[in-house]
Amino acid sequence: MGWAIALHGGAGAIPVDLPPERLEPREAALRRILQIGVSALNARCSPLDVVELVVRELENCPHFNAGKGSVLTTNGTVEMEACIMDGNSKRCGAVSGVSTVVNPISLARQVMEKTPHIYLAFDGAEAFAREQGLETIDESHFITTENIERLKQAKEANRVQQDYTPPFKPEDKKETPVPDGDSKLGTVGCVAVDSLGNLAAATSTGGLVNKMVGRIGDTPIIGAGTYANKFCAISATGIGEAIIRETVARDVAAVMEYKGLGLKEAADYIVHQVSPKGTTGLVAVSSTGEVAMPFNTTGMFRACATEDGFTEVATWAI
Amino acid sequence: MAGWAIAVHGGAGVDPNLPADRQEEAKQLLTRCLNLGIDALRSSLSAIDVVELVVRELETDPLFNSGRGSALTENGTVEMEASIMDGSGRRCGAVSGLTTVKNPISLARLVMDKSPHSYLAFSGAEKFAKQMGVETVENDYFITQDNLEMLKLAKEADSIVFDYRIPQVGYESCGTGVQSPIHMNGLPISIYAPETVGCVVVDSEGRCAAATSTGGLLNKRMGRIGDSPLIGAGTYAGELCGVSCTGEGEAIIRGTLAREVGAVMEYKGLGLQEAVDFVIKERLDEGKAGLIAVSNTGEVAYGFNCVGMFRGCATENGFMEVGIWE
Repeated sequence: MGWAIALHGGAGAIPVDLPPERLEPREAALRRILQIGVSALNARCSPLDVVELVVRELENCPHFNAGKGSVLTTNGTVEMEACIMDGNSKRCGAVSGVSTVVNPISLARQVMEKTPHIYLAFDGAEAFAREQGLETIDESHFITTENIERLKQAKEANRVQQDYTPPFKPEDKKETPVPDGDSKLGTVGCVAVDSLGNLAAATSTGGLVNKMVGRIGDTPIIGAGTYANKFCAISATGIGEAIIRETVARDVAAVMEYKGLGLKEAADYIVHQVSPKGTTGLVAVSSTGEVAMPFNTTGMFRACATEDGFTEVATWAI
Repeated sequence: MAGWAIAVHGGAGVDPNLPADRQEEAKQLLTRCLNLGIDALRSSLSAIDVVELVVRELETDPLFNSGRGSALTENGTVEMEASIMDGSGRRCGAVSGLTTVKNPISLARLVMDKSPHSYLAFSGAEKFAKQMGVETVENDYFITQDNLEMLKLAKEADSIVFDYRIPQVGYESCGTGVQSPIHMNGLPISIYAPETVGCVVVDSEGRCAAATSTGGLLNKRMGRIGDSPLIGAGTYAGELCGVSCTGEGEAIIRGTLAREVGAVMEYKGLGLQEAVDFVIKERLDEGKAGLIAVSNTGEVAYGFNCVGMFRGCATENGFMEVGIWE
């Protein structure tokens, strides 16, 4: 059995007529970053190192909603979150409300390795980053013109909604519809397994466009957006509130363990039978080297490779 | 039709040398809260309303580690967190990093009912609290003399315990007069503050709900989030059950403990007590924790693998029990 790796750049209502100038840079980035992960696995780096490395690249790429290129809060600021988990030990680290740390996934890893805690947020996370000497930068580094535009459109859509709909009802708990379809991007993430069956998962995000300041999504919640144990590693993306409720990442692994399903079956079951349509996508690898990348949204930016030479980079259903 | 059932907890991990009068105080509070919940259930309040009501009471009373009486951060302040989940529909709400909100569980409920999100934290959560007009107070309202003392002892113990995972000898000099080598979350049990309060309910319609609230780990780093506000870890409610956990937060998170009870019921077909026992035995590794749970068929169960858990439970057919030890 060889290694396997899968990564995503977000699931959502990615319109099938997305113009080439928006599609190509993303697919090119996925291809490039996949190769980085593949080289690391070939060099026998641990899956934990590989997923961190890959997610750092995705964070640095401005085309995805993580690190640089994060979507903006309702105040026009950036509040990033990230999470990493090691399958064997089930050790994990998570951060939320990070605004100046260049690579939130590395901060999450530091929380896992350098503190007795799992999860640090906001001022506490920022202070810890400085203690650890992680690279920090002015918040403006993360903000792109695309995202300023997305925020503007989201606010306009909100205004329209307020004119025509009654006050917020619990059933309305879904995203504000935004004219620019590809702005519904949830996250970036990576899962990897080496030839010994060691698994790891990592996820990172800027969150939801126009989110309330202080809103936390599924990404840093172990069992929701990120999970790894000795059976599989999962990174999910989509509408955070739905992923939290369905404990998506944990449930894929639970269904494998308790019902004896294989990875693809388990991932398909959770994404297509359990999660509401239009809310969820994920990438997954198993301890036996299987890969699955199901999604119930229009599209999901994704890529995967296995040691026997199979690779795939795609956005919509094949 | 199965009847209602309710369980409450005031934290897992109790000093075996806890003085008798403190034990009595705790049992009285648990009894009072249980009775509040029972009255509400008899008045046909829904499960989600009952868990909120009961946890508010636990937060308001300074005895346990939530709301007033919360354990203190390393800076001597209070940062509270809570989560609530409605099994029918599995809607949920959570908050972290609260410093002025008198009843965190109610803010969590408002996040669930009145915001487009599921989880708000720190200044964003405080801002939302103002928008919602919930009762707020100065941070020192939550701080008790007891907890100031505990913080002092924890800091002393910290300077002695180098690797928090390895029990050390020599901590007698930290002034607690501890004889027992039991540790939880890196602290000798005599100064460890059990971490949470919680309530789970199934009402007479078979709807489950769960709520958990805490001040978190004593002497915690600012910004540290534990299991209590994390859906699937400290709190979970679905069609089949409602669960609230307490104990070593990191172990509960890694074990996705609350969801696990529901998952083994759903995917392995285990009954409630079986599920609780399985999860406590198999999903905690070296972690120490406890949980309370109810099922949609009116059962109630609890389990813990540490020394003691403050708890109480009752069912419609008249069963009632309040306890601390095994």
